[in-house]
Amino acid sequence: MSEPTVADTRRLNSKPQDLTDAYGPPSNFLEIDVYDPQTIGVGRNRFTTYEVRMRTNLPIFKLKESCVRRRYSDFEWLKNELERDSKIVVPPLPGKALKRQLPFRGDEGIFEESFIEERRVGLEQFINRIAGHPLAQNERCLHMFLQEESTDRNYIPGKMLQQD
Amino acid sequence: MSFFGFGQSADLDIVLSDGETRKKAEHKTEDGKKDRYFLFFDGETVSGKVNVTLKNPGKRLEHYGIKIEFVGQIELYYDRGNHHEFVSLVKDLARPGELSNSQSFDFEFAHVEKPYESYTGQNVKLRYFLRATISRRLNDITKEMEIVVHTLCTYPELNSSIKMEVGIEDCLHIEFEYNKSKYHMKDVIVGKIYFLLVRIKIKHMEIDIIKRETTGTGPSVYHENDTIAKYEIMDGAPVRGESIPIRLFLAGYELTPTMRDVNKKFSVRYYLNLVLIDEEERRYFKQQEITLWRKGDIVRKSMSQQAAIASQRFEGSSTPSASAQAKDDSN
Repeated sequence: MSEPTVADTRRLNSKPQDLTDAYGPPSNFLEIDVYDPQTIGVGRNRFTTYEVRMRTNLPIFKLKESCVRRRYSDFEWLKNELERDSKIVVPPLPGKALKRQLPFRGDEGIFEESFIEERRVGLEQFINRIAGHPLAQNERCLHMFLQEESTDRNYIPGKMLQQD
Repeated sequence: MSFFGFGQSADLDIVLSDGETRKKAEHKTEDGKKDRYFLFFDGETVSGKVNVTLKNPGKRLEHYGIKIEFVGQIELYYDRGNHHEFVSLVKDLARPGELSNSQSFDFEFAHVEKPYESYTGQNVKLRYFLRATISRRLNDITKEMEIVVHTLCTYPELNSSIKMEVGIEDCLHIEFEYNKSKYHMKDVIVGKIYFLLVRIKIKHMEIDIIKRETTGTGPSVYHENDTIAKYEIMDGAPVRGESIPIRLFLAGYELTPTMRDVNKKFSVRYYLNLVLIDEEERRYFKQQEITLWRKGDIVRKSMSQQAAIASQRFEGSSTPSASAQAKDDSN
């Protein structure tokens, strides 16, 4: 009389891990900081720019370190380009704050320190979220936004990697 | 519907001859509740008695015939009017006439073919039942008794493992392996996920069991997906060269055997879905079909019982399912 068969639950054999892989820097390093807001210009023609610094070891990015200055409308441009050219659901940007741009406010409107800080945090979250997306990494507009001196609105949209 | 004081009516009752010894099994009803029914296998005989109890003693019951049917049918919820009967057996118990007293009628459906397992799903139901009928001029008296059928298999001869390399170019490459492609319902899925390239920030990884019920044919095919299980197998960020083990016990989940194209009406298939989730809640997944089958319970039989089964096999008089169970027993 046989005993009821018990399933063999021993682990499957696997290759031992190379120690440099185990303890070396991970292949997915990507950090973007949005900081140092500066308000430029006078009166009605003022606008705020932010420093966007990127550090990465992903091979798809040409520069492993880059630092550029961008303003809110540049982020808007990037969002629109990605929404048009890729199938990604692009994360939301912090609000446009149109009410803050109306006259006769008691405060500094969109140049109020607390608002700029709020916006800075939102922009940092946005760019980190989208830059880590494998499909967004394939879009020229993202690379131009992060690593080129200025965003050329007349650029030719396209992909980084050859498509099969 | 019976009019007060007019005519005669009767109660019908179906009793199985092995009702004391036959096992019962739990089965889900359409509204999700669980009930216990007598369990039958393919080839087994269904026999018993139909008891007719007259409601008004002294009065006669006129009828146009008494019969009992054994029915196996498929019901599509969106097409309730049409029942597809794949098994339909009838035994006449009494010719048209009169009953002056309560009476019992014996019946036997010998070695009934029950090719499919009982199934109650989202859009389709497959059931077996006995139905006793007293035909009358205005309205028949009927009684149904539902039974449950399980289809049993033995260990498949061929059961290769599933091993595949998948990924997103330059972003994520993994090799996944599951130890078998066919699992019985109390089996354990043993596997591993080996990371070849990790350029995204993975937060955790889980394996889901998905049940897909497909009804309809041609242009009106309808799939109903249901996630039966979600099981986290990794929490944290893996790097290249790491192997994550999988050990998933199936006995804890509500499963049915894989049913392919049953009577050309419906299918029930199972898939393992490997899901990786990154830090921004993006999901990367790979689905793989597995076959589930039902193993017969191993019953410890006494020496004399084993000898009886062995001699039956020699003489070739046992039913296919009984010999399969006996074979399993002697392994």
